[in-house]
Amino acid sequence: MAKVNFETPAFRPYPLIPALQPDVMKGEGPFVAKPNMQEPLGYPGELLDNWQEVAIAKMGELLKKYRSFRVFLDACVKCGACTDKCHYLLGTADPKNMPVARQDLLRQVYRRYFTWGGKLFPNLVGAQDLTKEVLDDWYNYYHQCSQCRRCSVFCPYGIDTAEISMAAREIMDCVGKGQKYCNEIIGKVYKIGNNLGLPEPALRDTLAGLEEDIKLDTDVDVRLPLNEAGAEILVVTPSADFFAEPHIDGLVGYAKVFHQAGISWTLSSHASEAANFGMFIGSYDNMRRVALRIREAALDLKVKRIVFGECGHAWRVAYSFLNTLAGPFDFLDQRYPIPQHICEFTYDLIQRGALKLDKSANDHRRITFHDSCNVARASRMGNIPGGQFIIPRAIIKATCNYYYDMPADTIHDQTFCCGGGGGLLTDDLMELRVKGALPRMEALKQVVDNYGVTHMAAICAICKSQFTKVLPFYGFRLDQIVSVHQLVSDAIILK
Amino acid sequence: MTTLYAILLYVATLIFVLGLAYRIYEYASVPAPLKIPTMPAPLTRKGVVLRILGEVVLFQSLFRSNKWIWLFGMMFHLALWVVLLRHLRYFIEPVWTWVVLVQPLGKYASFVLFIGLVGLLIRRIVVERIRYISNPSDYLLLILLLVIGSSGAMMTFVKHTDIVQLKAFILSVMYLELFHWQPLPLDMPLLIHLAAVISLMIIFPFSKLLHAPGVFFSPTRNQVDNAREHRHVARWAIEKFETSST
Repeated sequence: MAKVNFETPAFRPYPLIPALQPDVMKGEGPFVAKPNMQEPLGYPGELLDNWQEVAIAKMGELLKKYRSFRVFLDACVKCGACTDKCHYLLGTADPKNMPVARQDLLRQVYRRYFTWGGKLFPNLVGAQDLTKEVLDDWYNYYHQCSQCRRCSVFCPYGIDTAEISMAAREIMDCVGKGQKYCNEIIGKVYKIGNNLGLPEPALRDTLAGLEEDIKLDTDVDVRLPLNEAGAEILVVTPSADFFAEPHIDGLVGYAKVFHQAGISWTLSSHASEAANFGMFIGSYDNMRRVALRIREAALDLKVKRIVFGECGHAWRVAYSFLNTLAGPFDFLDQRYPIPQHICEFTYDLIQRGALKLDKSANDHRRITFHDSCNVARASRMGNIPGGQFIIPRAIIKATCNYYYDMPADTIHDQTFCCGGGGGLLTDDLMELRVKGALPRMEALKQVVDNYGVTHMAAICAICKSQFTKVLPFYGFRLDQIVSVHQLVSDAIILK
Repeated sequence: MTTLYAILLYVATLIFVLGLAYRIYEYASVPAPLKIPTMPAPLTRKGVVLRILGEVVLFQSLFRSNKWIWLFGMMFHLALWVVLLRHLRYFIEPVWTWVVLVQPLGKYASFVLFIGLVGLLIRRIVVERIRYISNPSDYLLLILLLVIGSSGAMMTFVKHTDIVQLKAFILSVMYLELFHWQPLPLDMPLLIHLAAVISLMIIFPFSKLLHAPGVFFSPTRNQVDNAREHRHVARWAIEKFETSST
């Protein structure tokens, strides 16, 4: 366990809403990006001298480009519906982690510079000049939002704090105050092809190693091909799948599923990363640039289909934005969804009886499923609304005998974020990550106590990494988080 | 007094109508460059219409969120509609039958409206989280609505005003009988009522009351979930990125 200087929140006997503790999470926020991390993304290296002017101008530009931003800043009536919905509020009790209060950090400036009320009567409507203190608050608190959209489910106007925090981060990037974690990673994607900076030879080695492992394990030659032109399917998966636990067991699962389906597939070193951190920083330009790699890889390798691995935010960008950013995909086989989720792919095979699964192989596990926020609230699987809840569970139930859901108000579209999404999965935010995980840990505790659940399955690289790190803080074991396709991998009977 | 109120009514109506029209134009003309419906979302236009209706009529999301805010908000908004419909009789001659039928309901709706507003105000003061996010304007708007509601109810239940004379005034204002307006009855509750309504109309396009048009333009609620099937690109994105290739 990492060395820490904060206290892990205690489980609450009843999940009451905590009394507010103003400024308890006030601070300098995560590490700031250095000039060499800012510039490749097209942002100034350091805080500009005229940052205020540039920030206001950028805000004005976003107001003309994004209807969400425009409407959300006006429409909030401060009804309070969202105030107890954010996992960071529940975990930290800092009032600025209430979604509406987080939005207000930006809204107060919007009102001051863009509305009559704020220009004439700033005190009356809570308008505020854009000072250095306000900018510091932005940097700190907009990096305490994981853009999980839970607040937007409950808002009577659908106000999505994720949109506001993305806009805020875009404004901050444009004045030269970017976040190290996100921007450094996007730079690596441009330079090397993935978030981890894993170059092609290393990737090739890893995949060869995995092939050997599977051979030893099952005595079957299952391939994990890289850059094989002419393959039927391009698989784009988070780079954590290439080395981290339990991600890598999921990757082995995909390989076995493709093997069993008898469909040729390939990974690409050019697009060896499914995640798109351009979304976290609210940058259409960077998000588009990152997304285009996938199009290029698909064209280069002359594939007919694109399938995405288990990655929550990647699936949001893939499902909701890929067609917009990098489409049209008229060169792919139109009979299949473009793109398709690995769970959709596996589920289809299960439905058709094409996979032979031995559920008892997972009998040592009692499973629950963590709905990843961006899959649950920002995308879909299958052809009916809510398919993103049904399909992963159906796969788990087809591969395990013991499955139990966590409490109803903590799953499906009410799911709690793992606490590390949206560009916060960095060690300099460890306190926030641990505290933000509280609601999910409490829900897990319930099924552990009531049903003897031993493992929580997830379909998101960030969730898996985050839980590996925070589970021990709450008295669980770090290996109690598993990949959904790890369960498939263990249950599948290869021919 | 008659002249002052008549002129203020024109000014307020102008600001209200033009201000609101401008806002709606603004919301409609700013594009939504990405598909961001809060999922699960409807797969068809028809489904989206139902979803928006559910939000506008039943406050569906609010119901899932907080039953007390939903209850008070519902009481206020529903009662407001009934009261507004009741007020139609001051603007039309002859009065339509269904407006006449709403009368008795409308009279008592003011109590529901009052309870709803007081409930919202109490929550704003008592619940720590809501107090934290409240600005003076949030309290003042509730108080303004309470003034409108109570001054109106006063005229119905306590001190009647000369309704026939009032209607003559309103019709003369409506039909632009400029500076030949029928005299406005000079009763305090009425003057307060009208002054408060005038203020509200002027404030409307510049305040959080914009939630009324806003809810229809919220991309998280009004988008169809069909990103994979239909390519959705904003004009500015096409101009910026795709004009050279097409």
